[in-house]
Amino acid sequence: MSGTMQSRENVALEIRGLRIDVAESGADIVDEVDLTIRRGEVLGLVGESGSGKTTIGLAVLGHARRGVAIHGGTVRIGDRDLNGLDAKELRSVRGKLVSYVPQDPGTALNPALRIGKQIMEVLETHGFGANQAEREARVVEVLSEVMLPGVPEFLRRYPHQLSGGQQQRVGLAMAFACRPAVIVLDEPTTGLDVSTQTHVLQTIRDLAARHGVAALYVTHDLAVVATLADQVAVMYAGRVVEQGSTADIFANPAHPYTRYLVAAAPEMDGDRQMVGLVGRAPSPGKRPVGCAFALRCELATEECVAEFPAVTDVGTDRPHQVRCVHAFGVPDRTALRVASTARVARESEVALSIRHVDAGYSGTNVVHDVSFDIQRGECVALVGESGSGKSTLSRSIGGLHREWTGEIVLDGTPLEKSSRNRPVAQRLSIQYVFQNPYSSLHPRRPVAESIARPLAIAGVDAREAAIEVDRMLERVSLGSAYGSRYPDQLSGGERQRVAIARALVSKPHMLICDEVTSALDVLVQAAIIELLVDLQRDLGLAMLFVTHNLPLVRSIAQRVAVMSDGKIVELGDTAQTLRHPQEEYTKRLLADTPVIPTFSND
Amino acid sequence: MSAEKPAGVWRSSLRLWRTRIGIALVLLLVGVAIVGPWVAKFSPSEFAGTPNTRHVPGTWLGTDYLGQDVVSRFLHGGRSILWMASVSTLLGFVFGAAIGLVAAYNRGRLDDVLMRGMDILLAFPQLLLALVALTTIGPEPWLIITIVAFTTMPRIARITRGATVPVVERDFIGAAEALGESRFRIITKELLPNVTGPLLVEANLRLTYSIATIAGLGFLGFATEVNAADWGQMVQENRTALTVAPWGTLLPAFAIALLTVGTGLIADGVSRTVAGVDRGRPDA
Amino acid sequence: MVGAPRGALAIIGVVRTSMGIFKLIVRRVLLGVFTLLVVSFAVFALTNLLGDPVQRLLGRGALPEVVKAKRAELGLDRPFFTRYFEWLKGMLTGDPGNSFSNGDAVMDIVGDRIKNSLFLMFVASMVSIPLSLFIGARAALRRDKSFDRVTSNQMLIFAAMPEFVVGAFLTVLLATNVWHVFPATSRIRPGEAPWSDWKGVILPAITLTLAVTPHVSRTMRAAMIEVLESDYVEMARLKGLPERAVLWRHAFPNAVGPTLQVIALNIAYLAGGVVVVESLFNYRGIGIALRDAIPVANAPIVQFIAMFIATIYVVCNLLADLGAILVTPRLRTRLQ
Ligand SMILES: Nc1ncnc2c1ncn2[C@@H]1O[C@H](COP(=O)(O)OP(=O)(O)OP(=O)(O)O)[C@@H](O)[C@H]1O
Ligand code: SF4
Ligand SMILES: [Mg+2]
Repeated sequence: MSGTMQSRENVALEIRGLRIDVAESGADIVDEVDLTIRRGEVLGLVGESGSGKTTIGLAVLGHARRGVAIHGGTVRIGDRDLNGLDAKELRSVRGKLVSYVPQDPGTALNPALRIGKQIMEVLETHGFGANQAEREARVVEVLSEVMLPGVPEFLRRYPHQLSGGQQQRVGLAMAFACRPAVIVLDEPTTGLDVSTQTHVLQTIRDLAARHGVAALYVTHDLAVVATLADQVAVMYAGRVVEQGSTADIFANPAHPYTRYLVAAAPEMDGDRQMVGLVGRAPSPGKRPVGCAFALRCELATEECVAEFPAVTDVGTDRPHQVRCVHAFGVPDRTALRVASTARVARESEVALSIRHVDAGYSGTNVVHDVSFDIQRGECVALVGESGSGKSTLSRSIGGLHREWTGEIVLDGTPLEKSSRNRPVAQRLSIQYVFQNPYSSLHPRRPVAESIARPLAIAGVDAREAAIEVDRMLERVSLGSAYGSRYPDQLSGGERQRVAIARALVSKPHMLICDEVTSALDVLVQAAIIELLVDLQRDLGLAMLFVTHNLPLVRSIAQRVAVMSDGKIVELGDTAQTLRHPQEEYTKRLLADTPVIPTFSND
Repeated sequence: MSAEKPAGVWRSSLRLWRTRIGIALVLLLVGVAIVGPWVAKFSPSEFAGTPNTRHVPGTWLGTDYLGQDVVSRFLHGGRSILWMASVSTLLGFVFGAAIGLVAAYNRGRLDDVLMRGMDILLAFPQLLLALVALTTIGPEPWLIITIVAFTTMPRIARITRGATVPVVERDFIGAAEALGESRFRIITKELLPNVTGPLLVEANLRLTYSIATIAGLGFLGFATEVNAADWGQMVQENRTALTVAPWGTLLPAFAIALLTVGTGLIADGVSRTVAGVDRGRPDA
Repeated sequence: MVGAPRGALAIIGVVRTSMGIFKLIVRRVLLGVFTLLVVSFAVFALTNLLGDPVQRLLGRGALPEVVKAKRAELGLDRPFFTRYFEWLKGMLTGDPGNSFSNGDAVMDIVGDRIKNSLFLMFVASMVSIPLSLFIGARAALRRDKSFDRVTSNQMLIFAAMPEFVVGAFLTVLLATNVWHVFPATSRIRPGEAPWSDWKGVILPAITLTLAVTPHVSRTMRAAMIEVLESDYVEMARLKGLPERAVLWRHAFPNAVGPTLQVIALNIAYLAGGVVVVESLFNYRGIGIALRDAIPVANAPIVQFIAMFIATIYVVCNLLADLGAILVTPRLRTRLQ
């Protein structure tokens, strides 16, 4: 095995048996983590929110957040074990040997320091170069590596004078400044537009390859991992449950959880239906002895819950490790492959008609002359980058935004601007589901009461309303027992179901969904989409589905409207538009959107 | 998972020792103020012995500058402070909270006008105006209450507005608006229950300062008639004799100190609880 | 959730704050001037209600002609608004009128007192501001450790007690009963500098310091904790910076900004607080002047002191706003 011998020498980062606890209770946040990254390689660490990705990422720099303690294991970079270093030695390693790129550069750059200084201080601290002149030259050089101008005018700027993409590049420049051996990137593109994301990802890949840096790339976005990483490690409830080469993971996922993840990823133009999974991962301190996925796994047997499954290598010619008793077992539902989303026969009756709508804020227009119709029983997706005016338009329809002109007609009657001026029946027949389920429910009110409000406004009596609320809770797969709970006792996905129940309880004709899945993990997102598709079909709803996530559109909408700078640039049949976009803007958007490529099964 | 109502801020704050100690202190002094006049041996202005004397037969802690019994006057002197402070805080609180909520919810012009109005009130040299008004009109309780309520109101309004603005931006308010709920209902049913924590803290703090202000007016000799039994005024009248008869000053000073520290501790306990609740919120 | 469009309200916020920093400053200044005008009117009206100074000056038995002449001499026979505008003009041109009781210029009587009070406020600020910044920052760094717990409990107690109670305790402790280190009353003679009796300044200064320190240190602690938990401070640590640089370059400057406002408010508060404390220690400042002027309805003195306190409040707040703009690059850069 000379191949392995050789690659062994190239190992830049080696994590063995890493365990990190909540300091107070001793509950494990992550445990039994083994990861290896070679020079010039990118390891994608994926998993849902709370699975422990950031915790591991920070541990690679020997850092634990407040209240968290590194309990044991080794984190080896070159020949040094970071877990054995004292504070002073750690400082000399951080930023020099291993560096960190944060998730949100907007908050991770000091607002009171010029960016030139923020890059320079890394070099100064670690004594990079022989003198100040060399360091200044390095600042300019590293900025050009991340494709930013190294001119004095730029160096003197403060973070708020940069765009999000530029801020993230400054973050990259800071990380690469001392030419580290290992770099940890924690969801560095989450807040960026797709086109900016594409450029930043490209930069990361180039830099890692050119300088032989080992990169740990933390993300929840499978598509990004598929396009960027050489190796993938999948986390669930604080454990790495599967790892191997990117091709193996995507073409032959062995762990049921990975299979679900792949099945839940929206596909831009395949014919596979998105499959979701309800439930959530147990949090630290509440994890079972055995496989933590057993609660949601269709293949679970007694063996699974008895103890945590050991590592099995299922790879043929290269390592492919999995912790599952029934590796390669295929859960029923993930195999689902339907011809296409069951299409609703479109009724040719117009539910909502938007005519020449302009909308804006204190005089500045952000939506320009938008006109389109939504038919009964039809879902139209409104896509576009952030700031394109999607939310402003949808809030205008919902009566939440008042500064607009033009005409919006519902079932033949023009709408007043403010929801307060609309008749009750009209208010109830347009319903709105918000982006963030953590903020859209009254925190101090049981969810049944929240759901019952529209009925109370409609004048339905309390007993009848209670029955209706229970029915609605069943309909969104929560069950009437959930009615007495408070929002903080629900997960994000459950809250979003409550929000949907509240929106549908008054039997509206028109449902507006504003980025309703963007705060949710992929599996939960897929489950919510499944629910919405079901409901829309059964109730014959007209729906406006606002999103910046193009691949999602395929699974839910019959038509798609592409918005750019406040204008609708393209409007057409979903499949047609995604396959053969007509407009330049749509083409670019599609090209920049990362998708999971097809990996051959070899 | 149980579906209990999340414990209110007040109830959870009772778990902290500082809140309990605070409540105990306040109850103790409220008890003294209420029961005191009945158990006092002398009436407030009764002559008990040689003035400014530490050891006088029949008194515990001696006599004051007019030869009146210190302990009896102490037992009589709490009522006025306590009830005036409570009523003025309550008034300031109700109006301040209402203004803050309305300003935060309406934004725009109304918000500007209301809050600038509060700013102007804050710029008034209140103590001084209080002195002038009390001299002109006389030490009337209603006047003291009005003045202190006016000092309290703008501060409560500011805090309320500050706490409410982030709540207004949350989507469940948007959801209520989309349903066409009335402004009144949104303010009372959607906003108010979500700012009770910070309001409770502020109410306790303001109570502390109202007590201090009213005691201070008494100390300056403006809150009461000459020789009235009032803790603040007692400090003033007896401090020249501190060396020979310290209790005339010290006893009322201790009473005021324990009372204000008590309400301060309650405020602190509640505010710690609020901070804890906020930190535990899974919001992102 | 990052980067995705936020609620419309957030956008409106951005539009509104981008109206330009200059405009903001101008608005602030105008508001300050307007505030002072409103206060001046209220003060003038209220002090007019104080009662008739002439009656008190001349006694009950004075002859009506004498009273009339005296009223004319003091200018009290003219209409209210005429007197108000004249007074306002005088205040603006540095001539706040004459005392009712002896006809001396207000400035001659009060100038001295104001100097003494300002000195006391200055001493208290110079001690309490650095002290509270230090306590707040250190408590934040030692969060939940003993320094934090001890200081925050002490601060809580000092914040709750009224100044005259703290002052009374200090007197018992340091002047009259336990130790006899400082005098219980101050003895500054007219025309002498306040430091001529420096021992007499100490107790009032400590009392005021104890009144102000808790508020500033608590704000500083909270601001510092927020900054210490910020992403950029974590990032500074992850860059391997020495703790010194993390604290002084990254944390401290960002925590002082939010504290400025509270410092300003407390300095303004001192201007009112001196009234009580001076009375307690017989310190010859505006407090004593006020105590003497009010009962005899000597309106010009009261008016002048009231405007002095209100002006300090408005100016301190303006300076705090300006200071906040200067230490916040996001705002400062918009000045150019
Ligand atoms: N300071 C802390 N004290 C106790 N538990 C913590 C602390 N910080 C994080 N945790 C817990 O550790 C777990 C892992 O958190 P971590 O931030 O590593 O997840 P993540 O995978 O990065 O999630 P995300 O995708 O949301 O960033 C979570 O369950 C979280 O609740
Ligand atoms: S070990 Fe069992 S429960 Fe866990 S994933 Fe595998 S089959 Fe499912
Ligand atoms: Mg994370």
